[in-house]
Amino acid sequence: MSQPNRLATGGRIDRGRPLAFRFDGRTLHGYAGDTLASALLANGVHLVGRSFKYHRPRGILGLGAEEPNALIQLGRGNRTEPNLRATQIELFDGLDAQSQNRWPCLRFDVGAVNSAFHRLFPAGFYYKTFMWPPALWKTYEEVIRNAAGLGKAPEGPDPDRYERMHAHCDVLVCGGGPAGLAAALAAGRSGARVILADEQSEFGGSLLGEADVAIGGSPATDWVAEVVAELESMPDVTLLRRATVNGYYDHNYLTVAERVTDHLGVGLPTVPRQRLWKIRAKRVILATGAIERPLVFRDNDRPGVMLSSAMRGYAVRYGVLAGDRPLIVTGNDDGYRTALALADRHARVAGIVDLRAEPEGPLVEAARDRGIEVFAGHSVAGAHGGRRVEAAEIAFMTRDGSGITGGTRTIECDAIAMAGGFNPTVHLFSQSRGKLRWDEERAIFLPGTSHEAEVSVGGCAGTESVAQAIKDGIRAAVEQVRDLGHTVRQPAAPAVEEPGQGAGNRVIWMLPSTAPVGRKGKHFVDFQNDVTAADVMLATREGYRSIEHVKRYTTTGMGTDQGKTSNVNALAIVGQTLGVDVPAVGTTTFRPPYTPTTIGAYGGRDVGRLFAPVRTTAMDSWHRANGARFEHVADWMRAYYYPKDGESFRQAVDREVTAARQGVGVLDASTLGKIDVRGKDSAEFLNRVYTNAWAKLGVGRCRYGLMLKEDGMVMDDGVTTRLADDHFHMTTTTGGAARVLNWLEEYLQTEWPEMDVRLTSVTEQWAVASICGPKSRELLGRICTDIDLSNDAFPFMAMQEGTVAGIPARVFRISFTGELSYEINVPTRYGLALWEAVMAAGADLGITPYGTEAMHVLRAEKGFIIVGQDTDGSVTPLDLGMDWIVSKQKPDFIGKRGMARPDLSKPDRKQLVGLYTKDPNEVLPEGAQVVETLKPKPPMAMLGHVTSSYYSPSVGRSIAMALIKGGHARKGQTLHVPLEGRTVEVTVTDGTVFFDPEGSRRDG
Amino acid sequence: MLLITCPYCGPRDDAEFSYGNQAHIARPVDPSVCSDQEWAEYLYYRDNPKGPFAERWMHAAGCRRWFHVVRDTNTHAILQTYKVGEWPDPAIDPREGTS
Ligand SMILES: [Zn+2]
Repeated sequence: MSQPNRLATGGRIDRGRPLAFRFDGRTLHGYAGDTLASALLANGVHLVGRSFKYHRPRGILGLGAEEPNALIQLGRGNRTEPNLRATQIELFDGLDAQSQNRWPCLRFDVGAVNSAFHRLFPAGFYYKTFMWPPALWKTYEEVIRNAAGLGKAPEGPDPDRYERMHAHCDVLVCGGGPAGLAAALAAGRSGARVILADEQSEFGGSLLGEADVAIGGSPATDWVAEVVAELESMPDVTLLRRATVNGYYDHNYLTVAERVTDHLGVGLPTVPRQRLWKIRAKRVILATGAIERPLVFRDNDRPGVMLSSAMRGYAVRYGVLAGDRPLIVTGNDDGYRTALALADRHARVAGIVDLRAEPEGPLVEAARDRGIEVFAGHSVAGAHGGRRVEAAEIAFMTRDGSGITGGTRTIECDAIAMAGGFNPTVHLFSQSRGKLRWDEERAIFLPGTSHEAEVSVGGCAGTESVAQAIKDGIRAAVEQVRDLGHTVRQPAAPAVEEPGQGAGNRVIWMLPSTAPVGRKGKHFVDFQNDVTAADVMLATREGYRSIEHVKRYTTTGMGTDQGKTSNVNALAIVGQTLGVDVPAVGTTTFRPPYTPTTIGAYGGRDVGRLFAPVRTTAMDSWHRANGARFEHVADWMRAYYYPKDGESFRQAVDREVTAARQGVGVLDASTLGKIDVRGKDSAEFLNRVYTNAWAKLGVGRCRYGLMLKEDGMVMDDGVTTRLADDHFHMTTTTGGAARVLNWLEEYLQTEWPEMDVRLTSVTEQWAVASICGPKSRELLGRICTDIDLSNDAFPFMAMQEGTVAGIPARVFRISFTGELSYEINVPTRYGLALWEAVMAAGADLGITPYGTEAMHVLRAEKGFIIVGQDTDGSVTPLDLGMDWIVSKQKPDFIGKRGMARPDLSKPDRKQLVGLYTKDPNEVLPEGAQVVETLKPKPPMAMLGHVTSSYYSPSVGRSIAMALIKGGHARKGQTLHVPLEGRTVEVTVTDGTVFFDPEGSRRDG
Repeated sequence: MLLITCPYCGPRDDAEFSYGNQAHIARPVDPSVCSDQEWAEYLYYRDNPKGPFAERWMHAAGCRRWFHVVRDTNTHAILQTYKVGEWPDPAIDPREGTS
């Protein structure tokens, strides 16, 4: 239970609640309130990972979202999650964490030989290698893939539940530090609808890690608690903890990833694991704080080298000393706050290396008074140590900071705090398309011109004092809510005591050493992607000028941390090397998400069965109970075939086809698209959208129609029936139903708004049993007594209303098989009853249910096309040999002008033909290419492809249709279909009607 | 995620809408008199400006009505939405020869 680096008192941890956790199999202990990072440091564990390219030992660098090194694989099995920042993982009992990117273990890593052979991995390594012969790349790829990598994906489906929430608010406050809390309070008191989101487990932001700030005479965290309590009492204020505002999109639409149960280690039945909030905010207040900048010096990646604010935060917030003997390296007064905070907590501060030649001010005085040695005007020439920093070499700098003078001096230390100044966290501002502004004097990017209705306050606007952050937060909120028309009730800004900041930050982008950068050791810029200052400089020597190119060439800033600690250093080093200022190099563009977000959160409930709707027909339960196999057709599940005891697919389909030809079969045709067309202009409307004529169609009569797009290509087909002068029942293909309805609506609303036509989708209103075969009239006669079924009274292509099995029905005498056939439509709720009645009445006739495959065979035997299978959006009616359905008389219909293009009547267009294989039992694969002249191997000139291909039990051989160049003129020609390892010889048939070409079976 | 004001329903997320490209391109009254070039321009040629653009949208997950939007393709600002049969404000009308 011993935690050697844990202080006896202090911090926001609960010493009464010890927690056990595992790191790389070792059991350690921490406390409730810890992060994994703080608990590891409490146990003296600094080495937490190996670097990406060189496999160098790495420790914890930061305190929060900025962490580039301490990437953790959390959990096991299907719940494991890679690349989590140890600094943001809340500790729970039983937490099981593993370090990443090391083999065989963290302390001994064979990959570290990369360090010795680092010339293998210069900047642009990947690009340069790709330039080499492809054969060599394969060798490299294998080596690299084995050695590199950031964690492992889970192997099975995610067992947890995720949700999406949609919300609207007047003001969304992003970040719950001093500025954000003040803004939320001001907006909330004024009655605005407010959402305050913060990524941490509790509100307070940077105040949680400061011991030297008092607000209203009390510790700052007391003020935080008061404000949070008041906000919680407001009904129109929503507080989101553990909620990262990770995306800022157009028109003030933001996403927030809320981790609801991750900190518990176990899911709860009542809530999701994570929620993705989608928030539309009238105004946004960005209070996202600032991230400290590392200093670039030799071997600045040794475990124990940390951001100064992080080292202070671990001590103050978690009661953990990252080192007994820390050395502070700083360009500003904030580093002194760290030195004092650590000294107050019994650390033996090894000294303060100050880049400034003559530091002065109250903090500097206080440090000197404490007996802390200040090395003014010094550089850190390098860090020493392997798995832990052991010493720093320091030296006097020349006045301009470009080199060192005199010798170096070694200072023993077990931790180094880097205080390079604070970069405002402008990520969300940048995501919103706001333009950044470079402040040359402070060497930081600040929010410049806004694009959306937002305002930045506090640290992300460059404010360094807590007092000012609170004032700015209040002022910004007041301006926004006043603008939105609320009555302002402004909270008074509290009195704040905080250390005064002195002479500003001295910025030296690369700390000078005994040798030029690149000669000795490594000066890391991007810790996560292992990019050094030498790499960045090499890129500029090789001609790269824009930061966007340097980024991609060196991969700096391209890791999962998006360069939170590296971007500005990289930009500045490029600028310095080229002798231009930072804006001339460019700014980087930040993209969502701010921190990595689980795919689960984005997917929400749209997984598994809820990923896409599945539509079933009224007869679905019967199909299931009777052993049907199913296939997806658009969103529908359709019965594919009904195998009987031990039948193969082919045997079942052959039996179903034969029954429909010789006896009676029944098909569930409910999925066909159906559109009710009404209004006095309906016939004229059909005239415009179909290729054939509709005005004279009699009431109770049906007609087949083809719809084209304006370019003359076939779009859909179906049978439409006139129910009354001004009323039609249109059918479409199963897959085309929604598309056709949308398209017809578009014409009615936008081109012909004067037409009196109304369209209603009635696909779901009708269940359809289609009975087919010579015995279908006899069968129907048994369950329908109020319709005269004789050929004269009820001819082909007619519709009759009546009663079938006691159910009101519309019966259509239409046929997709060439057989005598009736499509019985009943209201959907009677669909199953109809089906059962048909099955019962036809039992002694041998009624056979058939599925979609038999339907395909039956229609192909008759040469009927399936739009989308035998056509592909580049096929005209002429290509299909369907000139007969294209009206020559109508002055206009959709597609007429398009079809008139000379190109579309060329004789060498691909045209639909029938094919017979030489071997009658050979069934061609659909999609197979057809060639005229065989060659030993590809390429061969291709004529087209097979669109439909089946074994036809009715013809007693295989049949196929194909789209072939100039196909209509190729009757009787022998062509070839090259397949894998063999070739099939085919003959072009005379037409595409393979069975009953006279049509003698249609009337039974 | 744009916020689009449907003239019939009010402001809604763009997820509720489907896009219909450039607005105010009428189908020729008599396509048969169009030359191939004129027909191709009607069918395929569309403007692609950087700046205000009059385009068609349909409130697919709402009232299912088509309407018009003047949107700045650079800033994504929605400058105006209006019904079929109506025209953009003269002050922002992006159509050729109108501004
Ligand atoms: Zn609407």
